Amino acid sequence: MNSLSPTWLASLVRFIRRRPLGAAGGAIILVMIIAAALASVIAPHDPLETNYAALFKPPSPEFWLGTDGFGRDAFSRLLYGARTALFVGFSASFLGAAIGVVIGITSAYAGGNIDLFIERIMDVFLSFPIIVLALAIVAVLGGGIVNLIFAITIPFIPRTARVIRSSALVIRQMPYVDAAHSIGSPDARIIFRHILPNVMAPFLVMLTAFQGQAILLEASLSFLGLGVAEPTPAWGLMLRGAAVTFAERAPWMGFFPGFAISLSVFAFNLLGDSLRDALDPRLRL
Amino acid sequence: MKRFIAFIALALVAAMATACAPAPTATPAPAPVPAPATATRAPAAPVAPTAVPATPTATARSGGELVFAVSDPPPRTYDAHQETTFALLHPASPHYSTLLRFDADNFPKIVGDVAESWTVSSDGLTYTFKIRPGIKFHDGSVLTSKDVLATYEKIIFASAGVASARKSAYAVVDKIEAPDDATMVFRLKYASASMLTNLASPWNYIYKADLLAKDPRYYEKNIMGTGPFRFVEYVAGSHWVGKKFEGYFVTGRPYLDGYKAVIITDTAARAAAIRGGQAMIEFRGFNPEATDTLVKALGDKVTVQKSPWTCNLTVTLNTEKKPFDDVRVRRALSLAIDRYEANRVLSKISLMGPVGGVLRPGAEFSATEAELTKLIGFSKDIDASRKEALRLLKEAGVPDGFAFTLTNRNIPEPYEPTGIFVIDQWRKVGLNVKQNAAPTYLNDLRAGNFEAGIDFACDHADEPDLQLLKFISVDKSSTNYARYKDPILDDLYNKQSRATDPKERAKFIRDFEKRVLDEQAYQFHILWWQRIIPHLTQVRGWKITPNHYINQDLRDIWLAASQ
Repeated sequence: MNSLSPTWLASLVRFIRRRPLGAAGGAIILVMIIAAALASVIAPHDPLETNYAALFKPPSPEFWLGTDGFGRDAFSRLLYGARTALFVGFSASFLGAAIGVVIGITSAYAGGNIDLFIERIMDVFLSFPIIVLALAIVAVLGGGIVNLIFAITIPFIPRTARVIRSSALVIRQMPYVDAAHSIGSPDARIIFRHILPNVMAPFLVMLTAFQGQAILLEASLSFLGLGVAEPTPAWGLMLRGAAVTFAERAPWMGFFPGFAISLSVFAFNLLGDSLRDALDPRLRL
Repeated sequence: MKRFIAFIALALVAAMATACAPAPTATPAPAPVPAPATATRAPAAPVAPTAVPATPTATARSGGELVFAVSDPPPRTYDAHQETTFALLHPASPHYSTLLRFDADNFPKIVGDVAESWTVSSDGLTYTFKIRPGIKFHDGSVLTSKDVLATYEKIIFASAGVASARKSAYAVVDKIEAPDDATMVFRLKYASASMLTNLASPWNYIYKADLLAKDPRYYEKNIMGTGPFRFVEYVAGSHWVGKKFEGYFVTGRPYLDGYKAVIITDTAARAAAIRGGQAMIEFRGFNPEATDTLVKALGDKVTVQKSPWTCNLTVTLNTEKKPFDDVRVRRALSLAIDRYEANRVLSKISLMGPVGGVLRPGAEFSATEAELTKLIGFSKDIDASRKEALRLLKEAGVPDGFAFTLTNRNIPEPYEPTGIFVIDQWRKVGLNVKQNAAPTYLNDLRAGNFEAGIDFACDHADEPDLQLLKFISVDKSSTNYARYKDPILDDLYNKQSRATDPKERAKFIRDFEKRVLDEQAYQFHILWWQRIIPHLTQVRGWKITPNHYINQDLRDIWLAASQ
């Protein structure tokens, strides 16, 4: 009931009016989520169903976005592929950001040698570009959705930890934290009541920004054959193999999944930027 | 005015039609079936020509550098005796000679390479080779039978710490001798139909005895042969360069000044390299679509050579894991696959080609269509086959199917489309199959860390001893990933290998085929491959063969003036 209260609606309307690009990004993401959730209802064909009488069919009323080299409906595979993209994206970015928060706050609050030790480890991970680290992890562990999520989660952890640590260091110096210390509040209470709520803004911004990166990473690794395996529908997989070989004969095989990846990353970045602007008090001045 | 516009329109249509018309392509006839020489005892008289080679080509011109693409980087070592990938043969074979070789123009005829002539004793137990005089290594030293002896001792009787991938193929050899500098003798335990084929193996580079004596692993990191090209450099992951060896023993060869093998792993990029002239040829093969695209783009500047291919993909089932230890389940899995549909679909989009049994369709000893269609899984009535598959699954206690993982190679061509196809076929009988295409593929297969897998087999010749080897018991075959032991198959293998009468051999092979593919269905074939090589028409003197291992020393290749 609260979620439909006039205050919430007013905030939403205000966000849309002040940040239309972010709202557009949010709308695209919402459509993606609905499409993924209702894929089994919306999809006109089974995404795994082959049709050898309809190989490489261009977009038509029967196959809205055409078919691939096995006669599989590209639109249905795109819808189910959104499930894979969102599931991997949400899981990896949430896990990465959540673990990063724990490490960042621990590092900032403990200080001293613990902070030094944790930060040097984070430095090691940060020295690798995201894609290189993810590639290395998935090359060792092998493909599959679980390993893919793990491989994408790991590079996100130090990035979140570094940002959250800097926010937590500021909050740790605040008078109300000193006051809490002076009245003998336990560390856990200080962390959960005073520090954690105050780092939620950067946490949410990073969480949103990571979604787009995670989707792109999932697609990249699947494209390289190191992520999700056929016949699971996934956007990166749809771009791989036949889509490249048959690019001249059946350009739709590569165009639509490529467009879906670009659009989703664009939408998450728009929303992330707008959330950062809306939640960062310094940008409200 | 209207007539003028109509004329212009017609001219434009005609011009477009001309531009779009397919370019003329050279499509050689399918390779002839193997000559009986491999199945019957060779005559006691010398059978190989002694004159050094090849029919001089009037128009052949010397000079130029051949640039060809290779789809994989060379493996860990440069030692072909222990390696198993074409990615070594293609860049390295031009540096070496072998004892015998296949005549690419008359495949599968075997001719001498460093062997000038040979005789086979009437009991088929002694093979005596005369070594061509005056053959020089790239360091200027002269090749003698001692080098051939050291080479084959390394291959057949490899000492501890020295790997030999094809040692088991020479189990028939009792001992080898070099009585003088020009004579090499192989003494066998029993007569073997495949001895000459094995001695013409493109993997058996002749190495220098002195270097092997100093370090048996010298050739893992070094190149020193008697082939038409000297080694210049290999830049890891980039390219391999060879330069003409002026002291090569074949008069007038090689034509080329040198060659450069460029490593390009992506299929589309390889096709683009040929299209853009950065590479002139790629010797493994392109799928029909990539070939058509090249022909459309380059017209008569590209020539297409086609051939059957002694390569196949099979499904291998780990018989140590349930439910694949149940023959009913294995047979059901084979029955569910419509190979003829696979041929129709996959041959358009991949390297996959004809339906066949344990031997390449069209090869000597291969099953006729009537024989093949009697085997389970090879019937043309797929509805009846799938009905039987469902009955067998019900009888095996899995009426609603079951879930398992198919381990596949992480290479698009032709593994990925084949994996998709097979999984789809199994869905039709209620099986829920996921695919694992991990880089650890081969290790997983070797270690038995899989349930079902797509396996591959490629051989340098159509020879039952080679093609049947992977199906005998796991303790006798290092490539039997299904991990079973079957004395009946072992016995049939030995019988066919020793059979001197082709009819008798064919019978044993049919029995073997029925047991492995039908009665037990331990492993079963999906399709054999098709080999299609589109190359710049400028590249002359190279003829396609039914495998991508032989005819790779580049000695007969020459470059026409660029068009």
